[in-house]
Amino acid sequence: MSRGPSLQLNGTGRLRHFLTIDGLNRELLTEILDTAEGFAGVSERTVKKVPLCRGKIVANLFFENSTRTRTTFELAGKRLSADVLNLNITASSTSKGETLLDTLRNLEAMHVDMFVVRHAVSGAAHFIARHAAPGVGVINAGDGRHAHPTQAILDMFTIRRHKGEFTGLRVAIVGDILHSRVARSQILALNTLGVSEVRVIAPRTLLPVEARSLGVHIYHDMDEGIRDVDVVIMLRLQKERMQGAMLPSEHEYYRLFGLTEARLAAADSEAIVMHPGPINRGVEMASEVADGSRSVILQQVSYGIAVRMAVISIIIGTQNQQGQDNKG
Amino acid sequence: MQSNSFMNADAVESLVDEMAGKLWSLMNERGIQAPLLVGIRTGGVWLAEMLHQELGLEEPLGTLDISFYRDDFTRIGMNPEVHPSDLPIPVDDRHIVLIDDVLHTGRTMRAALNEIFDYGRPASVILACLVERRGRELPIQPDVVALHKEMKPGEHITLTGPEPLGLVIGTDSNRESRNGESGAET
Repeated sequence: MSRGPSLQLNGTGRLRHFLTIDGLNRELLTEILDTAEGFAGVSERTVKKVPLCRGKIVANLFFENSTRTRTTFELAGKRLSADVLNLNITASSTSKGETLLDTLRNLEAMHVDMFVVRHAVSGAAHFIARHAAPGVGVINAGDGRHAHPTQAILDMFTIRRHKGEFTGLRVAIVGDILHSRVARSQILALNTLGVSEVRVIAPRTLLPVEARSLGVHIYHDMDEGIRDVDVVIMLRLQKERMQGAMLPSEHEYYRLFGLTEARLAAADSEAIVMHPGPINRGVEMASEVADGSRSVILQQVSYGIAVRMAVISIIIGTQNQQGQDNKG
Repeated sequence: MQSNSFMNADAVESLVDEMAGKLWSLMNERGIQAPLLVGIRTGGVWLAEMLHQELGLEEPLGTLDISFYRDDFTRIGMNPEVHPSDLPIPVDDRHIVLIDDVLHTGRTMRAALNEIFDYGRPASVILACLVERRGRELPIQPDVVALHKEMKPGEHITLTGPEPLGLVIGTDSNRESRNGESGAET
């Protein structure tokens, strides 16, 4: 059975699915970032579309709610001139007892070229990638606690846009690492792209046991951890995923780990503040920081479209090429 | 597996001078002022920079990377080295001079024209190229050409640069991914 890293690359090392950052080298990540840079300008033109994926069908399979990710994937597909289907699976087939594979086969019969998958279970996108028909690409738009690779790439894109390069940067990731698929993907991407230090700042209860093995410096004290960093990435407190008393209270969490202007003063004077959204104001960060001059949170959303255009088009390109090779 | 030098930097520069002269006359003839020069990546950009300087134009220079408009995307996949296109001033009602190194099949120009029209509606588009060779697959003809070159089947001609500029002639077998060359000649 193919595992993630080999499953997502073809024989010549090209991306045919995008499931995880794990196993992708710096050249590949840089290629995605460069391609996204090419797409970023498209949003500023009279016609905000390119004809690249004309005639292709991209199906958004969202088994879990999402507004930002689904909308930016939808816009990305449309700006590539693909036809985009949004399927809210929780409300359709599965509730009638159809299995996931039956749903897949039906969509494939409609000649869908790509599945963008969001699922609460880790490994769901891998499962679909293994069972998808030849020529059909799969993008992981978030699976359980495992990975959210396009979010990580758009975060890297944001950092590169604002900081120029990765070498020499100190990046702090703050908050609920335990439940965060974003954090895992970010840590992998930051280390692959060669930042000088990744710090993780979290209460002991929200840190996975394997955290140390990810190549990060761990802090439990916010004021200490944030000192001199160039980038602060705040994570959302996943209230809906919390079971039992992992935290005393939101108020207590904010007192210990909330990002305020006063705390941010300890970071580098040109530090940027990021958050994958949606923000819990007054829990992870103060409104004055979220809306402040160092916040690049809304830019992250805009960049998300360009990054998703890059990933969709690279994969559709690889899948097409593979189809040609098979015919040849 | 051969790639031979066909013209050195001095010879290429005199071809660029010739392009500048012809372009100047054509613009005068048509009453075109303040055109937007747009170079097609990569060789076209080098040439556009030189022409921009020689013609003493004040308007900034544009660059196009036609990767998102290629008609062979479904065959060859995404170009791994995409650069952003940049048209720094509005193209609406502006005269545009599209500049490329080699005009062969005309497919690059088709892509470039499509891309330009996604920025707006120009007043006109002039096509200027350094080298023109036979083999057009689309009804596209240049307005300004410095050199018409007869080529054998399987041969290709490429602008290398930017320092020093040169024209090289090679055969099909060594066309893949050579650094410092302007890319596909189409």
